[in-house]
Parts: sequence; C-alpha cells; structure tokens
Amino acid sequence: MLDQPVTTAAPASFTGNRGLELEEPLLFEIGRNDTTGVDIDEPAPFAPCLGGLERKESIGLPGLSEPETLRHYVRLSRKNYSIDGGIYPLGSCTMKHNPRLNEKMARLDGFADIHPLQPQSTVQGALEVMEQLTHWLLTLTNMEALALSPKAGAHGESCGLMAIKSAIAARGEAATRKTVLVPQSAHGTNPASAAFLGFELRAIPAGRDGVVHAEAVEPLLGPHVAAIMLTNPNTCGLFERDIAQIAKMLRDAGGYFYCDGANFNAIAGVARPGDFGVDAMHINLHKTFSTPHGGGGPGAGPVALSARLAPFAPAPLLLRKDNGLQLKEDVEGTQGFGRITAFHGQMGMFVRALAYMLAHGADGLAQASRDAVLSANYVRVKLRDMMSSPFGDRPCMHEVLFDDAWLAESRVTTLDFAKAMIDEGFHPMTVYFPLVAHGAMLIEPTESESKASLDLFIATLRNLGERALQGEAAAFHAAPRHAPRRRLDETQAARKPVLRCTQGAA
Amino acid sequence: MRYHPLTNADRNEMRRVIGVADIAELFEDMPGGVVENFDLPRGKSEIEVERHLAKLAAKNLPASRAPFFVGAGAYRHHVPASVDHLIQRSEFLTSYTPYQPEISQGTLQYLFEFQTQAALLTGMEIANASMYDGSTGCAEAMLMAHRITKRRKALLSGGLHPHYAEVARTVARLAGDDIAALAPDVTAAEDLIASIDDSLSCVIVQTPDFFGNLRDLRAVAEACHRHGALLIAVFTEAVSLGLLTSPGAMGADIVVGEGQSIGNALNFGGPHVGLFATRQEFLRQMPGRLCGETVDVEGRRGYVLTLSTREQHIRRDKATSNICTNSGLCALAFSIHMTLLGETGLSRLARVNHANAVALKDMLAKVRGVEVLNKSFFNEFTLRVKGDAAALVERLAARGVLAGVPVSRLLPNAGLDDLLLVASTELNTNEDRATLVAELEGAL
Repeated sequence: MLDQPVTTAAPASFTGNRGLELEEPLLFEIGRNDTTGVDIDEPAPFAPCLGGLERKESIGLPGLSEPETLRHYVRLSRKNYSIDGGIYPLGSCTMKHNPRLNEKMARLDGFADIHPLQPQSTVQGALEVMEQLTHWLLTLTNMEALALSPKAGAHGESCGLMAIKSAIAARGEAATRKTVLVPQSAHGTNPASAAFLGFELRAIPAGRDGVVHAEAVEPLLGPHVAAIMLTNPNTCGLFERDIAQIAKMLRDAGGYFYCDGANFNAIAGVARPGDFGVDAMHINLHKTFSTPHGGGGPGAGPVALSARLAPFAPAPLLLRKDNGLQLKEDVEGTQGFGRITAFHGQMGMFVRALAYMLAHGADGLAQASRDAVLSANYVRVKLRDMMSSPFGDRPCMHEVLFDDAWLAESRVTTLDFAKAMIDEGFHPMTVYFPLVAHGAMLIEPTESESKASLDLFIATLRNLGERALQGEAAAFHAAPRHAPRRRLDETQAARKPVLRCTQGAA
Repeated sequence: MRYHPLTNADRNEMRRVIGVADIAELFEDMPGGVVENFDLPRGKSEIEVERHLAKLAAKNLPASRAPFFVGAGAYRHHVPASVDHLIQRSEFLTSYTPYQPEISQGTLQYLFEFQTQAALLTGMEIANASMYDGSTGCAEAMLMAHRITKRRKALLSGGLHPHYAEVARTVARLAGDDIAALAPDVTAAEDLIASIDDSLSCVIVQTPDFFGNLRDLRAVAEACHRHGALLIAVFTEAVSLGLLTSPGAMGADIVVGEGQSIGNALNFGGPHVGLFATRQEFLRQMPGRLCGETVDVEGRRGYVLTLSTREQHIRRDKATSNICTNSGLCALAFSIHMTLLGETGLSRLARVNHANAVALKDMLAKVRGVEVLNKSFFNEFTLRVKGDAAALVERLAARGVLAGVPVSRLLPNAGLDDLLLVASTELNTNEDRATLVAELEGAL
C-alpha cells in the first residue's frame, strides 16, 4: 500500500555503494601495467644516445583507458565538498566564488602555451599582464614595489623576511637585529618563516580584547628587533586598530613591519595597508582575488614592498623601457636579495587575479569587502545569543570568532559540532584556530553567499546548537554518518604511516 | 556586480539586524578612514574582460603558432583533453585543503595515488603530496639534508639548472648556511667526487642536467655515503624518467624535480608542480604535506593528511618547513595524465621524445656553424653556434621560429654566449625540424 511508511534503515548494499555515492578502488587496484589511455606510435628504429643509462626494470605504473580514467576521477571528485556545491565558511581561508571566466582566460593559448624563457620580444602581452597586476595591487595597497614570484602565502612571507633581513644587513645591523615579534594569534607559517631565516621569535601577548595593543609592543621594542609580523585584520576577525601607532613605534626603533595579507579580502578597495605603515605584505591571490584553491594549491603570494624595502626585491624585476617591457632576470647591479623560484612566478594565477580585478573594478572590490564584512557581522549577530565569543561581542571584519565555552556543559566538543555540520550538508568552519580562543570556531561566509544561504546556515547552526545544549551529545559523537566516510583514525595514520599503495600493479 | 548575490534590499535588512545605519561604521577602526576614490577603472562585463585579456594574449607568440624548441626546465608536451576537463570539476577546482577528511576523500585519494606514482617513478620509497615547483623543492631538499646530517654545507654540481642553483644560494645565504658550487659544466666533465668531503651535508646533481647530459649517479652516491653526505638528485624533465634508470636505483637519498611536463601547460613558468621523494628512514624530516591511509570508525579504508606534527600549523617555529600548501591541482593533472599513460604509454612517450631529439641532433650536426656538444641526452642538448646565441634566437624569433634558450640568458657573463639549448618533444614534427635547420643555415 502506498500509504505504508517505510521506517526501517536502508540495508547495507552488496557493492557498498549507496545510490549515487560510489566506492572507488585505488588506481593501483584497477589499473594494468600494459594498459594505456593515450595512443602513441612507437618511433621507427633509431640509435639512442642514452649513455647506457636506459631503464632496465619495470616501473610498476598502472594505466587506464580513457573512459576508465574519466570514471575513476569523476567518482573521486564526488567525494569532495566544494564552494560550487555549498557555503564553505572556513575562517582565514577565504573560500569565495571562483569565476569560470578566470579559468577560460588563463587557458588562452597566448598565456598558457608560452614558455618562460622564449624571447621577451615574443611575450610582451604576458609582461603587460604582470605590469597591470602590479599596478592594481600597488594602487590597492599604496605600496612602492611588487615582488611577483612567490608561489604561495608562506613563500611570500619568506620573500618579505628575506628583503627585511637584507635591508638590515645593508645597514650593518645583521649581527644585532635578530628578533621577530609575532602575536600568539598568528598563522603558524609566520614563526616558521622567521625561524628558518635564523630570526629569534618573541611572542606578543594578546590583549584581552583579541587585538595587539601598542602598550604591549612598546616594551618589546629595541635595537634587537628586526620586524613585527602582524596579520590585519587579524585571525580573530578583528582589525588591529593600533596598527599605525605600532608601525610608527617600530619604525622609530629601526624595525620593519611585515603584514600577513591573508585577510586582505576584508579591506581591499576600502583601506590601504601602505597607509598603516606596512613595509612588506604578501597578497594571497587564491584568497582575496579568487584564483581557485584547487584542493590545496597552487597558490600565489606576490609581496608588496614599501619604499625602504623596494631596493631589496628579488629577481625577476619588471622594468618599463623605451622599447617595451623587460624582465630583468638577475639582481646584478641592484641590492636585490637573489631569487626564490625558477622563472617568473605563477603566471596562470596572475591572469586569473587580473580577470577578477577587471571584472570587479575598484567599485566592485570595495563592494566585495563590504559584503564580506556585512555577512560576517550578520552571522555574528544571529548567533551571538547562543554561542560564546572569546573577546566579548563586538563588531568583526570578514570573519567571526566563537569559542566553545557555550558548549561546556554539553559534552559536545568543537570537533563534534563541526562533524555534525557535515551531516547537515555543510562544510564546517575553521576549528581550533586561532589558538588564542579555546575550541575556536572561526566563520568566514565571504561575499559570495546569498542571504537565503546565510539564513539556512544560521538556522542550521542554531538547530545543532539547541540539540547540543539539550543533551543529544551521543548523536554528535557519532557524526558524521552521512558522509562518504565516518570519522577517520588519524592516530593510526600517524603512528604507522602508510603513504603509498603497495598492492595491485605496484 | 554579477559575482555578488546580495541585493540592496538584503543589505538594508542585514544592516538593520546588525544595527548599523551605514556599513562604513564597521570600518571605523581604519587609520585614515575609508578610501573612497581609487584611481582604478570600474567593473567590466564578461565580454569586456575577455576583450581586454584576449588583446594581451594576442601580443604573445604561443608555441602552437611556431616551430618550438624551447626547454631549459619547462617542456611543452601534449596534454590529453580529459586531463584539463577533469581538473576543472568543481569538486577538485573549488575545494580547500582536505582538513575535513570525511568530505575530502576525493582529494585525499588522488594525493595518495600521486604519492605512489611519484615514488615509483623516482625509484624511492616515499613521496610527499607535491611542492610549489622543482626549484623550491630543491632548496627544501637541501635544508632537509642539513637537518638529517646536522651539517650545513651543500655542494652544487655545475650541471644544476642555474635558477635552481640561485634559489639554493639565496636560501643558504639568508639562512646562514654554507654552499659551494662548481663552475658551469657544459659537457658533464666535472669531477664532483674530488670535491666531496666530510663537511658536506649534501651534493645536488641534476640528470638530465641543464645542458642535457645524462649522468650516472652511482659513483657520486657512493662517495657521498662514504663521507656521510646525502645525494640529492634533481630532474626538470619528468618524462625522461620513463626511459632512464631512476635516481633511486642509482643511490639518491632525496629525489626532487619538476613535474610540469606531465599533465601541465607551460603557463609562462607557473603554476608548475614539484615532486619530492626520499627514503622511508627520512620520513619525519620531510617537508610538505603527506597523505596517509587509515580506517574510519566502521573499518572502511580512507585517507587523511598525516604527520602534521612536522608542519608549521602545529610546530610553528620548530616546523620542518614553513610550507603550508602543495600544488594540488597541478599534482592532480600530473596524476591523471600519468594514469592515462600508464607505464606502457609513459615509456613509449619517452622513446618518442628521445627519437625526435636524436633526429634533430642528426640534422643539426650537418649544419655549418653548429656543433652538438652532448655525448648523451634525453630530449634536449646543447649546441655551440657561430656567434652570439641570444642574438641568433632573437633573429629566428622575428621570423616566427622559437629556436631554444641561449645559455647566456641564465648564465650571463660566464663566457658561454655561443651556447644554445634546444629541446624536442613529441609535439615537434619533421616539418618543424626542417624549418629550424633551414633557418639556422640561413642565419649562420
């Protein structure tokens, strides 16, 4: 009878599949060494010039035909969450819409099919892309020069700190000026970048309101301080309002101000870091300017430099000459500190970022920043009565930080709460970062969400929160139940690392 | 603005909920206040953006429109259409680092497969989930060797790509480490072994080297190990591994290289993808992301990012490296292309590359004013030409032929102005080769 409700859980299937959700073996379990999905003719017999170094043993690499390849990767893709599929509110990661126009532009033959070492006379259009991107970024930051080549944010940090170290050496203070001040809320890359260059780290205590206070910095300054690394807006989603004062004190004390630009998307087109006294700042093109994250890269992290650091920029240097643009590929005759990567940087990302900026214009970029801040504050206000804020309830920038104090009695942890969001069809927010908030939940909705999307997200969090507070902890501990996998044993993965397949064709 | 879903009515309502009359109130902490008028254009339609960028693209001479012999660390190969289609799947293109593994198994499984492919190809036990590119991977390998050996001096072969060498020198100088480099070694004649002693943490050797020569690493590996140093083997042309004895089989301790030539376009030099492989015993000193196999609470196999206790977000200033990203999508392109090729396709592709390069060498050897310097090579070799190679390349470019890379472009003031690197892949036709020969004959 049609009106008989079906209440029993679905039985396990023969295949392990569940409707559209399909299990997919490893390539090494389905591929075959003698199969190839690419038709290539054997060359006619010829006399090789390999100096006796030809491979004699099999590699063990399996292949698949083209249809099998499509199926393997399409099935894998369906196990991933994506920004195209839903809100991706990872604080500090900036998962915003990735316009497909950018992908199309980056794939134009004139950009994708040119070689970094073909004559510069044949790539003037590519150099113009770099020049235009530089103009946009320097105008938006009000800074002096741009080092284009860093491949990611952390690489940009290295680049900026290398410029700072070189400037200090040029002043003859290399032996004495070795301390870098980093607040506790900083991204882990900041101390890691500084340590690898031999700087000594000193933590700046966080203020009780989540920002760094000039009074806290002042006693730490002196002739030993090389630089401060501050993220602004910071990783608590707050604007460091003492920033100009800190920058001035630091400058008077002879140090340099490195700004981690991870959160530039909150202020792009609205305020200029150069006006705050920043000496170096990397710009994550994959965050603020939406070149895609691609499951973890490739990124791009050009570094804007102040007038006093500009002379130390690494190769290549883009120069405008009478006969066109020229890339100077070494630092001879300059104070440039050297080279940090082969070739000229992430051209594919430059094109995408420029397409993004052209599409927005100055007006659209400002609107994006305003909408990102508006959306984060909307989420904040709609959740503040239920959740707890480590630094009190106050307006935020592009992301809003909660802690787990509100869950204290519930036996539900931040992790449990995040996993329960997965069952509701949402990617969780950033959890347990920044470290200055206990059980941190950092929500960054970005400007890419409609109000309906924000409202559903908020309603879902409220529903989950009510269930957590009403004692449904067991359900949270069991989450997620509807994802391609349930909770994975990360301890086993680390204790007995299995980092490659050792079965099948391999 | 077409990318912004909020309407003005939404914004008004949201402002009302928040309790601000003007959004500018939320920016009032900015020193100097809100900047109203940037000297930048207003937003453009999709048509206008396409027009703007297509105009810039048209000013470049793409490889598809010229007989093309440019290599020196980036190689033009055919990328099957399905590769670029698959990497543009929303779930790959627009996902983040797989920090929530339950809903990131697609990314994690392909990284696990990529790591396996990279390990097999290099002949090593383990590989990471990729680096930014070959050159940064090379510098990271040097730092890793310093950590393992507790020594702080590297020796660079004169056959190492000059940009790789410059990156390593920059890192060493600014990190306060020692570095020694042998002179540019055009014919693989240097005596590396004579320079190896107990002060070295590592020796960095490239094969095929920058000048195209193939190098047998076995004796160097033995010498390194005799002196407690590690051998870091570098490659810039991954396709060569389909035909050549792997660096691992020759005794390398760390193998790093550029993976661009499998699955990835030239892209004017980036984004590319670095491969990084080593021995199991060095696992915990390895930089970069690692994906590992595990099980979920129901016992089903799954994958997670692992050993993050090496990484910056946990270890901060004690981390093995500041790296917090890989080159995910380029690694995916590499892995898909490798899956399509399989061992059969890869070795055939490598043979075609070598055959094309041999054919080119045979033709060029007959050109008056051209001397081929290599005894061995894979798909690239060095010519000595009459006169200045850079000027020659410019002259040929003006005639629509991209003839190769003058060595002086990367090694200026080294007295190597008459050397030209030429590369030939499966994309070069007999007609291309004949054109290059004819143009060289005309120009020399």
